[in-house]
Amino acid sequence: MGTILTRMGDGTYITVSEDELKRDLEDGTRDASEKAGIPTLSDEELRHLFEIYRSPSKVVSVEPGHEVVLSYDAGTLKLQRLGISTGRVHNIQLMERAMGADTMEMGHVDYSFKPVKPIVSDEQQEFEQALLVSTLPLFYGAMPNLAIYSQPDGPLPNPAELLPMGKIKEARASQEAAVKMAVKDIVYVASALYESGADGINFDTTGAAGDPDFLATLQAAKILKEKYPDICIELGMAGEFVLGMHGAMEYEGVRLAGLYPHEQVTLAQKAGVTIFGPTVNTNTSKSCPWNIARAITFIKPCVQNATIPIHANMGMGVGGAPVVDNPPTDAISRASKAMVEICRLDGL
Amino acid sequence: MGVGDPLGMAITHAIASGMGGMRTAGDLVARMQMTRGMKIKEAKEYVAKKLSVSVLELSDPVIMAEVRDDLNIGLVRSLPRRVKGIDAKFRITEILGIDINCVNRFKERVRTSQK
Repeated sequence: MGTILTRMGDGTYITVSEDELKRDLEDGTRDASEKAGIPTLSDEELRHLFEIYRSPSKVVSVEPGHEVVLSYDAGTLKLQRLGISTGRVHNIQLMERAMGADTMEMGHVDYSFKPVKPIVSDEQQEFEQALLVSTLPLFYGAMPNLAIYSQPDGPLPNPAELLPMGKIKEARASQEAAVKMAVKDIVYVASALYESGADGINFDTTGAAGDPDFLATLQAAKILKEKYPDICIELGMAGEFVLGMHGAMEYEGVRLAGLYPHEQVTLAQKAGVTIFGPTVNTNTSKSCPWNIARAITFIKPCVQNATIPIHANMGMGVGGAPVVDNPPTDAISRASKAMVEICRLDGL
Repeated sequence: MGVGDPLGMAITHAIASGMGGMRTAGDLVARMQMTRGMKIKEAKEYVAKKLSVSVLELSDPVIMAEVRDDLNIGLVRSLPRRVKGIDAKFRITEILGIDINCVNRFKERVRTSQK
């Protein structure tokens, strides 16, 4: 029995025996299955995962012909964050011509719909220039981010301060008011960018502020789809589980708190979303094999329930990718291959 | 989604499981997902049929560079006298039989300016 070099969820190297690798894969799939009430991975799927992680190669990949479409949250900002002195239009061209990107996204450095609203004409101006010099499909993206509608960043009383004081009714009223404001802002900004020529609008990290965040996004998606029937809306989630920050919010009669990816996608489809991005957060105190087995177990039934394309979130700290700024090639390529092949994804 | 996170992740995903963008037919398959809501299999088959290539060839940069050059739908290397940027999207709307939002907006702007 040989030893296998792999990593923890924080990216640090570990060596495990074949038995330990098998145990981690089984524990990971069982954890997701128990939490979401979904099937564990089959023996065949676990064997496939075992072979992917047993490979001594630094980089692994899908077989030729099985590649998928990649979409990029905060696309232009990722190069900007490295401190490279380029503009967003340059970054789109770099990703298109040099990095093999299938799609790209432009976003504002303060990556939420609310701060974009007062400067939307500036965003439109640069976006329209980007459309002239690029060929690949171009999204405009931002986070719904309902947390910034409460004090000190916004006008509403802060639910996180009201709840510990037992003011549940007041906290919920604040969240309900935030939903209305956010829907208005999202529709305003997304309409402007769509009318500038965007191929799609990307709602990134949806649900970061819990069920009010998810509700506002679904409502905004529905309004936009009715207003522009041909619009492409991509909706990516913040985590595998919709947090019940309000607890009683519903969409189409379904309570949002506690929904897992295979349930979230059904509501996204009803709202008119074109591409859905399920997310599963990485546990840094568990191994990468444990995390990928868990993530795949959550996302596989989401793909099975979907009639729309599914692009799983595989950025830093999600989808079995370790939580580390310098993502190791061995860990990312294994997560990438495993997720695409077992979940039969349409994209990442 | 999120495959472009800092310091190397975008390259790793592109190599491990990405279609290759304009090096191949990744941008075209993406357009079928975005405009028609097609799943990956259907989107690839649709694009392969329109380009008269096999599904396997869609992600082959050698074949696709020739196909893209022949069809004049944009190359990663922006050669003189070839379409680039939005020019290529005008050609893509015709070849794939789809609407591209910015192409339609461009046509509207030009029409308006001629009035």
